[in-house]
Amino acid sequence: MTALEFRNVTKRYRVRGAQPILALDDVSFTLRERQTIALVGQSGSGKSTIAKILTQLETPTSGQVLLDGKPIPTRGRGLRAYRQQLRMVFQDPFASLNPYHSIRYHLERPLRLDDVVPAAETDAEVRRLLERVRLDADAVIDRRPHELSGGQRQRVAIARALASRPKLLVADEPVSMLDVSIRVGVLNLLAELQRDEGLGVLYITHDLATARHFSDEIMVLHHGRVVEQGAADDVILTPQHEYTRALRAASPDPEKHFASAPGIPDVRTANGGAA
Amino acid sequence: MTDTAAADMPATGIGVPETATVRTAMAEPPRRKSFWGQLAASFAMFRNPKSLAGLIIIGVFVLVAVFGDLIAPFGPLDKDYQALRQGPSPAHLLGTTHMGEDIFSQIVFGTRGVLVVGFLAGIMGTFIAVIVGVIAGYTRGWKSESLSALTNVFLVIPGLPLIIIVASQFEDPPLWVIALTLAVTGWAWGARVLRAQTMSLRNRDFIQAARANGESLPRLIFVEMLPNLLAIIASSFVGTVTAAVLGLTTLAFIGVIPISNLNWGTILFWAQSNGAFPNYWWWYVPAGLCIAILGVALSLVNFGIDEYVNPRLRSAGERARAMKKRGLSVTQAVTAVRTPSEGAS
Amino acid sequence: MNIPFRFILNRAVFYLFTLWAAITINFLVPRMMKGDPVTAYMAKYRGQISPEAEAAIRALFGLDKDKSLWQQYLDYWGLLLRGDLGASFSNGLSPVGDVIATALPWTLGLVGLATVLSFLIGTVTGAVIGWNRGSRADIIVPITTFFSTVPYFWLGLIAIAVFASTLGWFPASHAYDKGSAPEWSLDFIGQVVAHGALPLITILIASLGGWILGMRNMMLTVLDEDYITVAQAKGMPTRRVLWRYAARNAVLPQLSSFALSIGFIVSGTIVMEMVFSYPGVGKMLLDATSAKDYPLMQGLFLIITLAVLCANILADIAHAILDPRTRQSEA
Repeated sequence: MTALEFRNVTKRYRVRGAQPILALDDVSFTLRERQTIALVGQSGSGKSTIAKILTQLETPTSGQVLLDGKPIPTRGRGLRAYRQQLRMVFQDPFASLNPYHSIRYHLERPLRLDDVVPAAETDAEVRRLLERVRLDADAVIDRRPHELSGGQRQRVAIARALASRPKLLVADEPVSMLDVSIRVGVLNLLAELQRDEGLGVLYITHDLATARHFSDEIMVLHHGRVVEQGAADDVILTPQHEYTRALRAASPDPEKHFASAPGIPDVRTANGGAA
Repeated sequence: MTDTAAADMPATGIGVPETATVRTAMAEPPRRKSFWGQLAASFAMFRNPKSLAGLIIIGVFVLVAVFGDLIAPFGPLDKDYQALRQGPSPAHLLGTTHMGEDIFSQIVFGTRGVLVVGFLAGIMGTFIAVIVGVIAGYTRGWKSESLSALTNVFLVIPGLPLIIIVASQFEDPPLWVIALTLAVTGWAWGARVLRAQTMSLRNRDFIQAARANGESLPRLIFVEMLPNLLAIIASSFVGTVTAAVLGLTTLAFIGVIPISNLNWGTILFWAQSNGAFPNYWWWYVPAGLCIAILGVALSLVNFGIDEYVNPRLRSAGERARAMKKRGLSVTQAVTAVRTPSEGAS
Repeated sequence: MNIPFRFILNRAVFYLFTLWAAITINFLVPRMMKGDPVTAYMAKYRGQISPEAEAAIRALFGLDKDKSLWQQYLDYWGLLLRGDLGASFSNGLSPVGDVIATALPWTLGLVGLATVLSFLIGTVTGAVIGWNRGSRADIIVPITTFFSTVPYFWLGLIAIAVFASTLGWFPASHAYDKGSAPEWSLDFIGQVVAHGALPLITILIASLGGWILGMRNMMLTVLDEDYITVAQAKGMPTRRVLWRYAARNAVLPQLSSFALSIGFIVSGTIVMEMVFSYPGVGKMLLDATSAKDYPLMQGLFLIITLAVLCANILADIAHAILDPRTRQSEA
């Protein structure tokens, strides 16, 4: 079974004329197939840095990243094989697709680059991928990104990530830039794909609620350090670290009653009891 | 931006994904375009009225240059000693010079010199600008910085004095050498703009995604980035051609370029040396006008491209005019509200 | 006022590098081509040149082939640092430096005045046109564009033909009346103004177009920003929003392009001076070119480049002072 391990990874960014920025401080975790880990933290906590290191857009200052026990290859055929195994879904659906190319092109490229299916079957495979993310292949396949909505684009991005049949997926805040009303749909799609394809998913988010809904394990990141880690329900229901508690307290809870200030009517009684 | 998941929705309600299948009410799916079809479509930047007008004018000049032999009644240096310094007449549409040469023919043949050198310089200059600019934008660290410094040096050093010094070293330079000199002094502007655009493109997610897919570097630059840079490259090309045309005619007028290369500037050079001012207006006015008209045409094309790239420029004036028609002013601080029965309140 | 030292240092290094590059280009160009005219000249005037002048000319033009290129380069620098730019062939071998000094003030006066005026008028006009978008003032844009693509020199020629020769409003050429000598008298100053009027106006007309267009485009982009809407919603008077909010932000890119366009302004001025026989460095360069006076040509190129660099530095400083972001961002 494929396992990707972060072992004591530290990342420092050097800034000209100022103190170096400590983006990650001794971070360790293991991502396995058929498992979802949620990475929760606020902006600047280091979440994106982890994503960049995983996709080899950055390298750690110290520590190791191991794939099945061996350090990840950084060049040549090994790098290519690594890239085929681990794919990323980006946050911004408007920026992650090249405005110049059609949807067909976006899905064909990974198929051809990794030779996933014989050339003659490429078209059929592209259609299959689109159906898999519940898009109407005929309507979408020859359009360009600006003709699609945000949710559709994100589904295309997911299809593109799945094209090479990876074992591991990094989803960097995949629904943050989508309308609230369609987030659940896309997340459920991701959950379904994870189950069916047996993927290991690293779900990066700042939203604790979707983290719980979607994943087995939660990691809370604060200023580059992992402050809490464990099974999803445990972390949410019985947070140990004060930062996690603060995060949970900050999530809006429709059940919670607000104490009314004098002069301001209680919303419940003002509306005749309806909450 | 909301999903247009209008038609064909299964059960709705909390808990059921409202887009069990995203079937959207869209227009008929487009016919599949080949790569070349898409490339042609990207020249939409030339479809607006300004660009078209400019292109048509340039087209006229090109036709004149190509069919010069057929259009011009005389050779450019044919002398008619019966008609010296004569104003426009049916025989000589734009009059004659002090040696009886037909000015109209001179202008027709001069068009060739201007267009050939201008476009050649444009092509060479844009080529250099693309290579330097895109590489400087894509690489990082000292490679990028040094290319950028090189570009800035060529930007700051004043062009005309440099060209004068270089051109004066030659006795009778061939066309391509003149074009090359103009290109070498004119590429820097485009390179600078391209570098900035490439740098911003490089950090866009879709390039990162292509890299993560394992695309090779040449493919990344030529198939992923370059199409998104087309508008800038086109604009830079037009700008370089404009500068080359002005530079060439100026150099010819000064006399730095030998008169063996006939262009509109040469005509003005002769006019000035032979006392055409101020009386023989037919000698010096048409040549200058031609330069100006070609320059305007090129600028129009560039405006068209500008408006395509930055739609704000295009619509700002139209919106304001449309509002004005309804009695609203676009610069008013208070938003005027129209009531149904009357005009602006 | 917070002076961004780091930024200025950065720019200073760049400009020194550019100056070095210009000097090196100046060094290399004659050596890449044939030096024949210089040798012929030297042969002709053999008896009349002092040994020092002869050595200087040799060093400047690489006629001393027996020395290595590197040695020639060092000699060249030695001469420059001593202020010795050689002797001018076409001016009786007077030192190039002196010759240039007679022409420089005229050019600086004309160009400086024309550039500053053009920038100010163009920017203000562009701001107003941009603000009143969609109004009839928009028609100015195509008109000024036409004038900016007309070659400088042709515009000058037409101006002379119309205003000087035909209408007689202004004198056609030179900086002052024939027979006058430069002095600080009202009469002389009056002459300077009269003679300078046509060239100045011609440069203005030709260059206004660019500034107006650039400013207008920037204004249109800035006016779409939300902070303009907020300012108006707050009830700020229109004049204030236009000038202190919109124009102030739109002018910053103008300053950058100002720095870059100085090179073009110089080119235009050179030709203008020829057309009007204005005794500035531009005309001097052209005269030197036809006389094949290489020392003077090279000296002029250096001085012109130096002046352009100084102007760029000033523009950069102005930009840095006005824009707090420059101090952090890449130059």
